[in-house]
Parts: sequence; structure tokens; C-alpha cells
Amino acid sequence: MRQKYIGKALPQLDSFHKVTGIAKYTHDISLPGMLHVKLVTSTEPHAEIINIDASEALKIPGVVAVLTGKDFPYRLGIYVGDRDVLAIDKVNWVGHPVAAVVAETMEAAEKAIDLVEVDYKPLKPVFDPFEALKEEAPIIHPKLGEYRRAPAFTPVPGTNIANKFTLRKGDVEKGFKEADVVVENRFYMPFVSHCYMETQSVVAHYHKDGTIEIWTSAQSPFAVRNLMGLSLGIPIGKIIIYQPFVGGGFGGKAGLHWEPLAALISKKVGYKPVKLKLSRKEQFTSAPVREGFHAEVKVGAKRNGKLTALKAKFILDSGAFADYTVNVSRAAGYSVGEVYDIPNVYCDSLAVYTNKVPTTAMRGFGHPESAWAVERSIEMLANELKMDPLKLRLMNVVKAGISTTVTGERLREDAGNPVQCLEAVAKAINWGKTEEKPKEPWKFIGKGLAVFSKGPAQPPNAASAAIIKINEDVTVDLMVGTGNFGQGTLTSLAQIVADELGVPVEKVRIRTMRSTDTVAYTWQTVGSRGLFTDGNAVLEALKDAKKQIKEVASQVLRVKPADLEIKDGKVMVKGRPWENVPLSDIVMGYTYPNGNSIGGPIIGRGKYISPINTYLDPETGQGIPTIFYTFGAAACKVEVDVLTGKVKVLEAAQAFDLGKAINPLLVRQQVEGGFIMGLSVALFEEIQFDERGWVLNPNFSTYWVARAADIPSKIDTIPVENPQKDAPYGARGIGEVVMLGVPPTIANAVQNAIGVNINNLPLTPENVWKAIKKQRPELVEEIKKKLVSWKWKV
Amino acid sequence: MGKKISFILNGVKREVYVEPNELLLNVLREKMGLTGTKYGCGIGECGACTVLLNGNPVLSCLTLAMDVDGKELVTIEGLAQEELQIIQRTFLEEGAVQCGFCTPGIIIMAKSLLKNKTNPTEEEIREYLKGNLCRCTGYVNIVKSIKRAAGKACKKC
Repeated sequence: MRQKYIGKALPQLDSFHKVTGIAKYTHDISLPGMLHVKLVTSTEPHAEIINIDASEALKIPGVVAVLTGKDFPYRLGIYVGDRDVLAIDKVNWVGHPVAAVVAETMEAAEKAIDLVEVDYKPLKPVFDPFEALKEEAPIIHPKLGEYRRAPAFTPVPGTNIANKFTLRKGDVEKGFKEADVVVENRFYMPFVSHCYMETQSVVAHYHKDGTIEIWTSAQSPFAVRNLMGLSLGIPIGKIIIYQPFVGGGFGGKAGLHWEPLAALISKKVGYKPVKLKLSRKEQFTSAPVREGFHAEVKVGAKRNGKLTALKAKFILDSGAFADYTVNVSRAAGYSVGEVYDIPNVYCDSLAVYTNKVPTTAMRGFGHPESAWAVERSIEMLANELKMDPLKLRLMNVVKAGISTTVTGERLREDAGNPVQCLEAVAKAINWGKTEEKPKEPWKFIGKGLAVFSKGPAQPPNAASAAIIKINEDVTVDLMVGTGNFGQGTLTSLAQIVADELGVPVEKVRIRTMRSTDTVAYTWQTVGSRGLFTDGNAVLEALKDAKKQIKEVASQVLRVKPADLEIKDGKVMVKGRPWENVPLSDIVMGYTYPNGNSIGGPIIGRGKYISPINTYLDPETGQGIPTIFYTFGAAACKVEVDVLTGKVKVLEAAQAFDLGKAINPLLVRQQVEGGFIMGLSVALFEEIQFDERGWVLNPNFSTYWVARAADIPSKIDTIPVENPQKDAPYGARGIGEVVMLGVPPTIANAVQNAIGVNINNLPLTPENVWKAIKKQRPELVEEIKKKLVSWKWKV
Repeated sequence: MGKKISFILNGVKREVYVEPNELLLNVLREKMGLTGTKYGCGIGECGACTVLLNGNPVLSCLTLAMDVDGKELVTIEGLAQEELQIIQRTFLEEGAVQCGFCTPGIIIMAKSLLKNKTNPTEEEIREYLKGNLCRCTGYVNIVKSIKRAAGKACKKC
């Protein structure tokens, strides 16, 4: 087969819609007679709801109804069903939706929410996860033991522990005894927001026949359908989920969100369509964000650098609901030191409830957390060993076919190569070459790198399917369930279809709106899984379609199907291409001159499920958690201003063993976008809470996200291509791994520049400056002296 | 009922009744059916709602609809008539578009920049786009697209 499109840099196939403004997102969906929903949210972090008085609100012209938690006695969630539709009996954070106002106009709804009076009886709140673990701590979910949960998770009823994951490999105490050098440190990552540009929104229409139609900004239409059915007790066959264009997701739109609320309201108000669209402030305060992460990590090595033991304790400050974060705690736990060959590993990873904004998945899913703690630890170990951090990493990274991972999995032979990634990024930033010192004595240059990995943290039985329909004119409908919110997976899949069927890529139609009624199933669009899992399903569907085509053509051309090939819109006899029949004569059935016809419409069907993955052992965490590991490395050069604490990334490079770059442009989009998102999280982002649990910065002027002027002028993307045999054309996913190693890379470069260890994110000027003052007071004094004689140019 | 305003919207004279407190963003999206202009924050911090008012970029989420009375307004839908404008084409070809939600606002800003400066430097482009948030692309391909569009002698972009 000729590869005309695979490996080619093509823009995403739905870009035209986006540059012309015709792309319709859920925000843009409007149905006749549609009502608007606005949320009344809690002003208390933890309180019993005594009374809700909506009488004044209902007097506002246009207000149709005010609904409360009493109207919706359901628990929702993906892994642990700990969420409510609206607060039931008590509120668990400031921002917790307490009531929903439904009105004919948004203006009426907005006016009315201020008139809903809620009486609270305050309960003692707990904001610190370490406090929440104490015996006397207030219990946020007294009914934790009654919630529905997936088998892989172990909430501890009667406590605030939403999940406890344990990993035990080898004998960690023995490992530390063998070590010559041990470093032990604490780490922290704050709550951050995904900041997808489209806030969450949903339009729902509950019909009188019991059918529910939902348009949603969710990442994974089939997960919404399944979880709604499970949580509300509605037959799945009654639910249709439409996914129009989605304005970014980054994990924050995975699972289930506002769909049950909107659907149930639609029914309550007399089967009218309703729309809920979050404001940006609500997105920060009432919708889930990434959890806060606390870690203690101890790592031991021989004098020569060989790692002997790693022990970690992770506490995930999961906020008021942890239905998704329980799996983040699991993924953080099983990925600790995943990229290294360490004989003895021990990790406890706990998701802990607090009275703060609920939390959920975010790009990287536990891996940015473990990478932050481990890659900073390795850097400090290198420092302690007085060893080149690159050399230390090269010596210890896993080797395909040989190493056993932290979960006890012997890595497959074609798993990829972290050494090549490290070497590539080191070369890109001239690792080891001393850089010229800046003229200003208060500015310092440093370089840092990190190595890491990511695979899909999905349940072992997460499945995907694909349908390929071929139309009369040999246009092809690619019908997969994987969502498209910026990654471009559908474009890559279309490239595969075009090459396999020998048709121009323009003839492959990717759907700009997915509907669970028409496209093939996929579990979720998360975890960098789409290209691998849906890609494998597409390959099987193509094989199926081609088999059908060849069967018909073999009768027409009177040769065996095996002697045929499909090329340039024709089915031809191998070696005698002039003996052929156009695909257009086959795809709807072939008709002989006398009218007799054979075959029929060609519809290919394929599926994928992992035959390898296992549940992890509940005691030891041993097993096979993922279908691939995408190994990667990042490196950067920074400039640190010791007077202000400002860190500026001057240049950066990232390399990933992605097996095969199906579309190098989309790879570069991911790597550049991922780097900047990682840079933003490393340098700027932190959701700040006051002592009463209120979010202090729920907007883009006080919660800073990297802007065009904040980016380095050079970000190198280096694909490393060691194909994996069970992957489509060898390709592994890269949607998440591209951002997860950026924070430790930058912090390692800062350490290299000024000898200051920063283990708490973000590296804002304030935090960096404080750390310099604490760890290197002499440096500040020295520079002050130099400043006296500094000749300022005016 | 409100007050009747009239203005040129994407080259066509339009009349609409608006309330004194109605925002241009909502009027465009809900009354004129032009949903290409996006809501990202509602308080002028993300740039997704940018439109051209008398040729200058304004944040439609902070502009009262009354203020456009008698003026000329261009939204993303007003750019491509028969075929894509150069700036739209370079955005598409360079891969400056991922989820696409910030794209209309940034393309409008790019048009405004190129109108005032035919050949901006990369730094000037980044500085000019400071008010527009994009969470997907890291801005690299956006800056590239604008640079490439600027290189073309183009009166219309």
C-alpha cells in the first residue's frame, strides 16, 4: 500500500469551519422555546441546608421554576458516585450548586438567582487534606459507604478518604539499606483550572415519550450516555448524546457533568428544552478543577548513581467531590518512577475530601503529579551525588524488552526508547555547554531536563469501535465515537482511511457532530487513547470493508480475492492493473449488463479492546495498567532574575517516542501547545482560596494563563519513531505527555541557574524570590553589592 | 421593546431593537444569529468576543449594543464571502487552529494588526495578541500565520 497521507503534515480537516465562524459549539445551540438555567450557589463551605425560599424569585416575570436538591435524589459519578445533581441536605464547598432557576430569558434567570434565600446551619469545614485525615475531622461524605463505585477503587467509609491506592514492588527498606545516598523531600502542586476556552454547557430536551436528547460540551459522548443511564436509572436506549464542536477539554470535560441536571430540569418544566451555560466565574468555582497535590518522596541510589529504592506518599487534596480524582490518585500512584528501572518501590496515594472546589481529570492524569515529585527528586539526587543529571537519568531509565516497570510489567520489546528522547533534547539545548553569562549580574542562565512517560489510565476493558460507510461516489464516512476538541485525532484517522482505501483524503468525511445514535462506540476520549484504540478499530473496519469489496470484485474480474489490490479508486488484479473495476461500480453492489446484481452497500466494522491490561492488585498495585507508554523528555534554558524572582524560559525542546508520526503537523501542535500549557502551570497558575474556602481569583486577570507574549521564541519538537507492533502504524498517543514534564524541567533549570530548589508550584516571581532569600541569602547580598557599582544605562 | 438601532453588519444595513443594557455580544449571538463571535469570559479578559467596530477591534462583551448605532461592524462571518481571506487561509494551512474557540477573536485581531502595520515583527505580533487567550496552540502557529499573511501583499486581509 502506498503511503500518500500517513506521515504527511495536513491541517485538521474541520479547520474551515473554525476560521469562518460557522463551527457550532454547544454554546451556539438554541432550540425553539428553549428555557435558560442559572445556578444559585453556596456561600458556605460546609453547612446544612435549613430552608430554601424561592418565593421572591418566582415573582420575577419570565421565571418558570426554581428547583433544589430535593427534586433530584440521585448520586452521580464515574468511579465513585459521590456527586449530587444539586446539593442534597448539605453543601460541601463555596460554589456548590444549591438551586437552579429556570426562566424564559437569561436576564430573568440572572435576576432571580439573587432573590433565592437559602438558610444554612454552618458545620465545621476542613480545607487542609492533612487535617481532613485526622480522626476528629468533620466528615464531608457521611454516606461514602453507600455510593456506587467501580471495582478498582477503595473509599474508606467513616473517613474523608475517597480512595487509597498502594504500590509495593520489591523490598523498599532493603533498597534504602543498599543505598549510599538518600534524598528526601516534600512537594506541592496547587489547584489549577483547565481553562478551556469554551465554558461547560449543555442543552437538554426530555421528550414526552421518554427519549432524552442532549447537546453537550463533554469530551466523551458515550460516557455521558452510560453514566446518565446508570446514575438516573434511565434505559441507555432512551438517551441520545450529540457532541458538536467542543472548545477544548484537557480532561476537564471527561466523564459526566451538567447533563443530568439539564435533562431532569427539562422534564420538570414540562418537557421543554433547556440550556445551561457556565459563566467563567462558575467554571472556576462550581465546576471541577485539577486537585491540589502534596507529596513526600524518598529516593536512594548507589554512589555510582544506580537507583535502589523509591518511597512516596501522595495526598491529593480532592475537594468536595472526587468521583474522577480517585482514579487520578491511582494513576499518580502507579506511575511513580514509571520511567525508571527501580527494584524497590513503595507508594501510598490517597485522594482526600476537603471543603473546596471539586476536582477531576486533567491532561496527564496523575502523571504530572508523580513526574513533578520524582523528576525534582532525581535532580536533587544528582546534585547530592555530584553527578550530571542527564547521565543519572540515562543510567536509570527503563529499557524495552528488559526492564520491569514499577507495576511489575516486563516492558514489551517495542515499547519505545527514553534514552533517545533524552539524548535528543540534550543536544537541542546544547546540554553541557556553558552559556554566556548575561551582562546584568542579577540575571542567571540555567538548563534543565526531565524524562517521563504516559499511557492511558483507562479501565482494562475500555473498548472502541469503528464503522466505515462507503457512499455511491466513493466518499467515505468515518464513523467513530472519539471526540474532537482540538487534538485532531479524526484527521489522523482520515489519513489512515485514505491510504488504506486509496482515495483522496478530501473524500473521507469526518463528522463535525458526533451522535451516540449514529457513530460507533468508544468508551471515552481521554488518556491519549484515541489514535491507538480507535485507530485499531478503524484498521479492522478497513480490513472488513476491503474484504467485502474484494469478494465482489473477484467475481467480476474472475480472480481470487487475494490476487486483488485497491488503488487509486479501483480494484485491480495485482501485476495486471489494466484488469480492474472502479470502486464506484462495487460499493453499492455490482450490476452486470443484464441487470443481475451482486454484493451491496459496503459497510466496514471494527473493534478494539485491550487483551493485555489487568486490574491492579489491591494490595501491591502490581499488574498491567496501560496499553502503551509514550516516553518523552523535555529540556529548556531559563533566565532567572534574582532581584525580582522572575523566571523566563528562553528556549525549549521536547522529544517523544510516539512510534510513528501519522501527521507531523498535529504532533507539533500538541507538543507546542502542551509545552506552553505546562509552562503556564509551572510559572503562573494557582487557584487561591481564602481562609473561608472562597476562590479569590476566579477570572483571567487574577488567574494568569500564558499569553502570546509569555512564550519562548524557540520550542523544538523532536519525534522519535520506534513503532509499536500492536499500534496503528506503530503510533502511540501524545495528547498528554507533551505537558506533564514541563514543570520539573523548568524547576530543574532554575536549580541549575541559581542553586535554589523550588518544590512548590507555581514558580511565580514571589515564590522564587522567597526561596532565593531563604536558601541563598548570600547571593542576594552579593548582588546588592554589585548593584552599587552597576552602571545603569539611561 | 427597547430602542431601534441601525448599523452596517458585515456589509449589510441592519436594524434591531435593543434594551439600553444589552451587550453587543448577546445581540450578535442571539438576535442576529451570528454565533461565530464567542463568549469566553464575559468580562473582557480573553478576547474571544472581539469584533471590528468602524475598523477597530472591540470586545463585544463589554460594548453596549446601543453604541453601534450608525456604525459599521464586522464579525468573523463577514470576512469570507466567496473565498477565504488570506489571513483565514494562513491560519488554516499553518495549523493555527485547534479547538477553534479562540480563533474568530484572534483572526479579527490579526486583521486589525495587519491593517495598521503591514509587516509586524514576531514580537510585535505577540505583544498585539496579549489580550487573546488560546489554551490549545501555545500561540506558535498563530504567530506564524500572521507573519505569513503579512508577507503577502494583501489589501483585503
